[in-house]
Amino acid sequence: MGIRERLSGNEAVATAMKQINPDVVAAFPITPSTEIPQYFSTFVSNGTVDTEFVAVESEHSAMSACIGAEAAGGRAMTATSANGLSYMWEMIYIASSLRLPIVMSLVNRAVSGPLNIHNDHSDAMGVRDSGWIMLFSENNQEAYDNLVMAHRIAENKDVLLPLMVCQDGFITSHSIENIELIEDDKVKEFVGKYNPEHYLLNAKEPIAIGPLDVQHYLFEHKYQQAEAMRNAKKVILEVAKDFEKMTGRKYSFFEEYKMEDAEIAVVCMNSTAGTTKTVVDDLRNKGVKAGMVKVRVFRPFPAEEIALVLGNLKAVAIMDKSDSLNAAGGALFEDVVSSMYVAKKQVPAVSYVYGIGGRDTTSKDIEEVYTNLQEIAKTGNIDNPYRYVGLRK
Amino acid sequence: MKDLIEIRWHGRGGQGAKTASLLLADAAFNTGKYIQGFPEYGPERMGAPITAYNRISNEPIRIHSNIYEPDYVVVVDDTLLESVDVTAGLKEDGAIIINTTKTKDEIKKLLPNYNGSIYTIDARKISIEALGKYFPNTPMLAAIVKVSGIMDEKQFLEDMKGSFAHKFAKKPEVIEGNMKALELALAEIN
Repeated sequence: MGIRERLSGNEAVATAMKQINPDVVAAFPITPSTEIPQYFSTFVSNGTVDTEFVAVESEHSAMSACIGAEAAGGRAMTATSANGLSYMWEMIYIASSLRLPIVMSLVNRAVSGPLNIHNDHSDAMGVRDSGWIMLFSENNQEAYDNLVMAHRIAENKDVLLPLMVCQDGFITSHSIENIELIEDDKVKEFVGKYNPEHYLLNAKEPIAIGPLDVQHYLFEHKYQQAEAMRNAKKVILEVAKDFEKMTGRKYSFFEEYKMEDAEIAVVCMNSTAGTTKTVVDDLRNKGVKAGMVKVRVFRPFPAEEIALVLGNLKAVAIMDKSDSLNAAGGALFEDVVSSMYVAKKQVPAVSYVYGIGGRDTTSKDIEEVYTNLQEIAKTGNIDNPYRYVGLRK
Repeated sequence: MKDLIEIRWHGRGGQGAKTASLLLADAAFNTGKYIQGFPEYGPERMGAPITAYNRISNEPIRIHSNIYEPDYVVVVDDTLLESVDVTAGLKEDGAIIINTTKTKDEIKKLLPNYNGSIYTIDARKISIEALGKYFPNTPMLAAIVKVSGIMDEKQFLEDMKGSFAHKFAKKPEVIEGNMKALELALAEIN
């Protein structure tokens, strides 16, 4: 049952890619995701995989090569971070609108400027409306597991959307931790063969991909993309169920931690969730009814489900590792509160921006958030809903 | 061993403090522990102060932040004592291990706010004797294993033999020297 190993987050991702053995990997190095194509290229040169590795000259070309490979009928993967993703920007939208199920590993890092190589989620938040499925990962294990599930979700014919698996740059990408790997043959069987319905190299069905899409069609095509994103919810849960049968590890749209009787809760993503769990345990020992929700599936956003879980709280804090610079709270905050509003759940909610540019997020920071939530739960007073934690005064 | 041990490494870029923390994580993993080994990346350059961390636990590790109240601190270069607050947050019942030729009394004077245990080791002498070159991280790795009691010394040496064979697959001639550096350090730390 599984293989006990110790790997960094980047090693875990490269290992999953090795086991998936895609037809094409095209990538350009950028900190902190550089190790992924670096390790993968050694698998290519050792003959461990038979992937075509395209060492492109930029991220724009990396995504373009993935688009070409997928359109031709192949399975393509890439990895990047921050400004690498920024440089892919126009091709990111082309990939999703052409309905090409490319899988990307995004090792989250602050987008310049000023220049910073450390972790926050500003790269991911920049593409949140681009039509990619977005999965977030607390640690190396989840980055690995999410990648093993990725193709089954993306390539489902009711979905056909590209998918990115996020993890925190350095914090998990460069930390060696325990991990349970799945045997090669089991991953191969789980991921399965990619059999696209329509593709350019099919001589029996000549098609055009990406022609002009004018007033008569674009709206309907965008609607189809939106429908695909809605369909993805069901598929994500189905794939998670099969994954649980194989590994015993349970995944859903989000993880609920001690939420059954919780009165206050934090909503967050990626590695901060682990730190938050330790704080919740400490608070529970002191008799505080604290809980946590860790969002795994950010796109599609599980609006109804999250409103249901948070709807009866006395106060909730939503933590964004990216400032939307909009004078109105972070991206996750906006999605969570609008979900609750639509579901007619009126819970006092505050936005916390934290951890920008690699600012270390400590247990003390998270404790501060829960202390403030206890105060809000008691008094119902929120002076300022748009807050920061870990910011130097 | 306590359920959770937290270790902070201070070194200078190029001395191998990060590698030592990863090797320690490896060795502890091989004894069945849950481990974390991670560096704090800054503007990396040769000679600049760097920090690396280890958590070693009997339970799965969920926390993902730097270590502010370590059980042990390892200082790979004693010139850091002048510029870095190496004992910041260090628990009094823990210990600091320093690569130095100074005596414990001399070190004590340099750490006026610290009352816990101090261990010293001359990693330069050991490294030169065993390897002919100055690689302080191997002796310091042995020193932290001995002082913390994370694992049995024999088992540690056994594991490291395997790790070195893997790490130095392309230059096997250095394996013996590295093993000798570990053994000398285990004997000389005090």
